[in-house]
Amino acid sequence: MAALEELEREYNKAKLDRKFQQRLQELLRTYAGRPTPLFFAQRLTQKLGGARIYLKREDLLHTGAHKINNCLGQGLLVERMGKHRVIAETGAGQHGVATATVCALLGFECVVYMGTEDMRRQELNVFRMRLLGAEVRGVESGSRTLKDAINEAMRDWVTNVRTTHYLLGSVLGAHPYPTMVRDFHRVIGREARAQILKAEGKLPAAIIACVGGGSNSIGIFYDFLKDKKVQLIGVEAGGRGEKLGDHAARFRGGLPGVLQGTYSYVLQDGAGQIATTHSVSAGLDYPSIGPEHAALRDAGRAEYVPASDAEALEATTLLARTEGIIPALESAHAVAEVVKRAPRMKKSEVVIVNVSGRGDKDVRILRENLKID
Amino acid sequence: MPLTFHRKPALVVYVTCGDPNLVTTREIILAAIEAGADVIELGVPFSDPVADGPVIQRASERALKHFTSLGQVLTLAAEVRQHAQSTGLIIFSYLNPILRMGMEKFCMVARAAGADGVLVTDLPVEESGEYLRAMKSNDLSPVFLAAPTSPDDRLQMIAEASRGFVYAVSRTGVTGARQKLTDDAQKLVRRLRKYTKLPIAVGFGISTAEQFAEVGKFADAGVVGSAIVETIERNPGREAVAVAEFVRKLTSVSHRPPVVS
Repeated sequence: MAALEELEREYNKAKLDRKFQQRLQELLRTYAGRPTPLFFAQRLTQKLGGARIYLKREDLLHTGAHKINNCLGQGLLVERMGKHRVIAETGAGQHGVATATVCALLGFECVVYMGTEDMRRQELNVFRMRLLGAEVRGVESGSRTLKDAINEAMRDWVTNVRTTHYLLGSVLGAHPYPTMVRDFHRVIGREARAQILKAEGKLPAAIIACVGGGSNSIGIFYDFLKDKKVQLIGVEAGGRGEKLGDHAARFRGGLPGVLQGTYSYVLQDGAGQIATTHSVSAGLDYPSIGPEHAALRDAGRAEYVPASDAEALEATTLLARTEGIIPALESAHAVAEVVKRAPRMKKSEVVIVNVSGRGDKDVRILRENLKID
Repeated sequence: MPLTFHRKPALVVYVTCGDPNLVTTREIILAAIEAGADVIELGVPFSDPVADGPVIQRASERALKHFTSLGQVLTLAAEVRQHAQSTGLIIFSYLNPILRMGMEKFCMVARAAGADGVLVTDLPVEESGEYLRAMKSNDLSPVFLAAPTSPDDRLQMIAEASRGFVYAVSRTGVTGARQKLTDDAQKLVRRLRKYTKLPIAVGFGISTAEQFAEVGKFADAGVVGSAIVETIERNPGREAVAVAEFVRKLTSVSHRPPVVS
């Protein structure tokens, strides 16, 4: 608790510190590559025959996903707190890579925990982390995926809390993480809102983003929350079926519960044991969801729908061949939803899809699942 | 059945219920009580035991293989209570299984089973309002964890909310036996003393009679968990006997002879 309180204090001070904000903005601009473009997907729009589809290109950020927005923010906080060791959990590896990247940039020791099942399916990222100088520790317990990596990261943190910062990668965990991580990703929606007004002269009818922990989605949603006519749609991992254990759709059967310091909707059995989950995409494969998403859903401000493994895989090929963009499997879930939704919308309406990351890391899985070569 | 520590240091024994199975757990607990344990923590296995090291993690996985549940642990508590009238019984669980059962229902059933108190590993005192009300109305003692990194104002909050005893975690880290106790433990107990008259039990890392005796010099009780669980793991087929031997070794250093049950 003391570490969380220290983090909250430092974060609140940093929010008001102009030098901190300027430095963060400069790194986002000159190092990470912000602002990211908002791209009008003309061929995809034509093909689906409905709303005008814009793609927010978080896949073009340095390291290949939105994760670095948060890593730069927390990295500067670590510097401020005078700590020298950073640990992180990672599912698909993108957060691990972004953390390793920022640790190399700022000169911190870096240890990333990753489930051994995830290490197998996201090999490229494991190599990248090690090349960047991070130690990657495989986690063999439990389902050997994201939630097990988080358990191990938390155990490391409570043991080494005096010297170490836990760089959590999503809008999960105890306070202040959900708020802080969301704040660091708000830039996505802030940019997209200005960009769409410039491009179309009006706000979108809908915004679609995939939801694992929920960082890219809350990042793009947040600045549109006040625009009540803009529908916010989060897409969860529908996996391979509806049975508990075959998917990671928290709003399909999840119940309020506490996991890893957060109270939110959690996929669990009748006795309160946390369920194993499945998704073809490692980054969505998590049994709980960011509490802010739970609140938005309960308030009716955002809706959450599933996309299956098969739909996500199909959407990957579609986007690759229609627009020349290979999305990460996570982001492909959002693309899968726009495939269903755009045809039902008016041609004059605009929809923005957040492409949260690129799909290079998924080549192995894509090869296993698609009949290409 | 109030939580009383009859000797110094008193011995609090933790077991993961259901490892290897509930019947054996019952035997182990009764043997530990007979050998001199003052308080038993009945551990409820959980899928994500984030505060536990590898020994208790493995025990939880084994217990969950046959779906050991909170409900079954409460039934076990009732059975133990029938055979042991003066031993303290604490239900030791992560929060989610309790939430799933319902806070009020859980407290009622725990009380009816004869439990004295509850320790919820991942429920910080700041979030414990509903829990404390349910515990109070069911006459159960809430036990909280105090850590070496807890600042004084937090220790005071923990002390004021606690009943029965305060659990002082001996070091930053997760459960697991260690070669030696750090200085953290003694400093923490000294700081806690300013805020509470309740007995203070030190836990995490105690695995030998020497360490247990050491704890007795500055605290009222020692909690032995991983070392007991590991004894169980290493003695398949004779778990209760092995635990009783270990408990006798530990309590041999206490300042009063064991109470004959």
